[in-house]
Amino acid sequence: MAEFKADFLLNMNSVLPKLAHLKQLFFIVLVLLFSMKVSAHEPTEPDSLELVNAKVATEHKAADHTKHEDKVNIQEVAFDHVLDAHSWHLWGDHEHPVSFPLPVILKTDKGLVFFSSGEFHHDTHGKVVVEKNGERFVNYKEDIYYASESENAEGEFVEFAVNEKGKNVVTNKAPLDFSITKNAAQLIFSAIILILLFTSMASAYKKTGVTSAPKGKQSFLEPFVVFVRDEIAKSNIGPKYEKYVPYLLTVFFLILINNVFGLIPISANVTGNIAFTFVLSVITLIVTNVSANKAYWGHIFLPPAPKALYPILIPIEIVGIFTKPFALMIRLFANMTAGHIIVISLVGLIFVFQTLWVSPVAVAFALFIDILEVLVAVLQAYIFTLLTALFIGSAMVEHHHEDSHEEAGAH
Amino acid sequence: MTGSIAAIGAGLAAIGAGIGIGQIGGHAMDAIARQPEAHGKIQTTMLIAAALVEGAALFGIVVALL
Repeated sequence: MAEFKADFLLNMNSVLPKLAHLKQLFFIVLVLLFSMKVSAHEPTEPDSLELVNAKVATEHKAADHTKHEDKVNIQEVAFDHVLDAHSWHLWGDHEHPVSFPLPVILKTDKGLVFFSSGEFHHDTHGKVVVEKNGERFVNYKEDIYYASESENAEGEFVEFAVNEKGKNVVTNKAPLDFSITKNAAQLIFSAIILILLFTSMASAYKKTGVTSAPKGKQSFLEPFVVFVRDEIAKSNIGPKYEKYVPYLLTVFFLILINNVFGLIPISANVTGNIAFTFVLSVITLIVTNVSANKAYWGHIFLPPAPKALYPILIPIEIVGIFTKPFALMIRLFANMTAGHIIVISLVGLIFVFQTLWVSPVAVAFALFIDILEVLVAVLQAYIFTLLTALFIGSAMVEHHHEDSHEEAGAH
Repeated sequence: MTGSIAAIGAGLAAIGAGIGIGQIGGHAMDAIARQPEAHGKIQTTMLIAAALVEGAALFGIVVALL
């Protein structure tokens, strides 16, 4: 396996000048692709009389809406920015959005269904029905359901019921949703960037060797890599740390790049999505428990305590296996989401008060919180990696800390 | 009285975070005053502890948002 890797890297050396051109070409194509597909939504001209009547009716409703919407709903704007979506909305309000559609992939009982989310025509209130293969789908608040047969009073093709907590929930059935949503597309993009960065760095090391000084992006990334390897992995995991350095590096750079992307306004909020952090913490859980040695399981199922306490201690220890990754998940998710909501709310204050005089204060506060958020982005990546290393290290600790107990007793 | 009890809960969580991180910062400053040459390690440890305390406070805020 090592020879295969070395051969691959040596061959990559001969291909390196072409690789640089290829990378430039790839970025140009990516930019072109995104710019071509950006579409602005414009109202279409109706041509028959009943359509004209319908348009007048909707215009009246729209006018009522705009009067109603003088009171801007900041909560809705904030959650729109922070949550996932089936199309990538860049800028613009609800009447004239600038966005591009993403593919919708659904698994129904009849098989897989593919279509572009542009067929929903920017509707997230369940009013537009897309029909494929005889099945009708509707998009309500960015969840895709099977559309009801007929629409309700507000033109929506979904049915509601009040659940036991008193909240309105949708009762339509939903297909399994495997779409490339905004977060999925952003993850693929970050992954491509990370792969390009690090494979080029590795091939540069192969070319110039480890003894000469690094240059270019190597010199920017190398301190981070060495930091993760020495300060985080070696000091927390102990002697067998090299096996875990790839995973720790992956976690650190993935969280870091997605945190930083989440701070850019047009971009998607991946680390603030609890499913993403859930997956990372599940992988941490698996890595910790698979690499655990007998002393670790011994401490959980036979803790060093009087036997009378076992009925209390053993459940607590078992729950403790799960709460540690759970805390990792919640910490990353809540830090990122809360930060974004604060910035959006501060800028939204300008729209709530609707005067220009609020803007110096609001923008100054928002700038301060944004700088703090950059610190939090790096810090949360570091904390996640550090705690993962700590958990792995504590699962692999050798049994001789019993001796240190005795030494402490002898003092 | 407008608003909800969830907002009061979120405010209490923020108070908890404030007290916790304030104490960490205070003790860190005492430690640096006693041993100025260790300020690097103390600062790093302070930031780690602050992030952990903030994680606990954000538990409360997430429950308040739900």
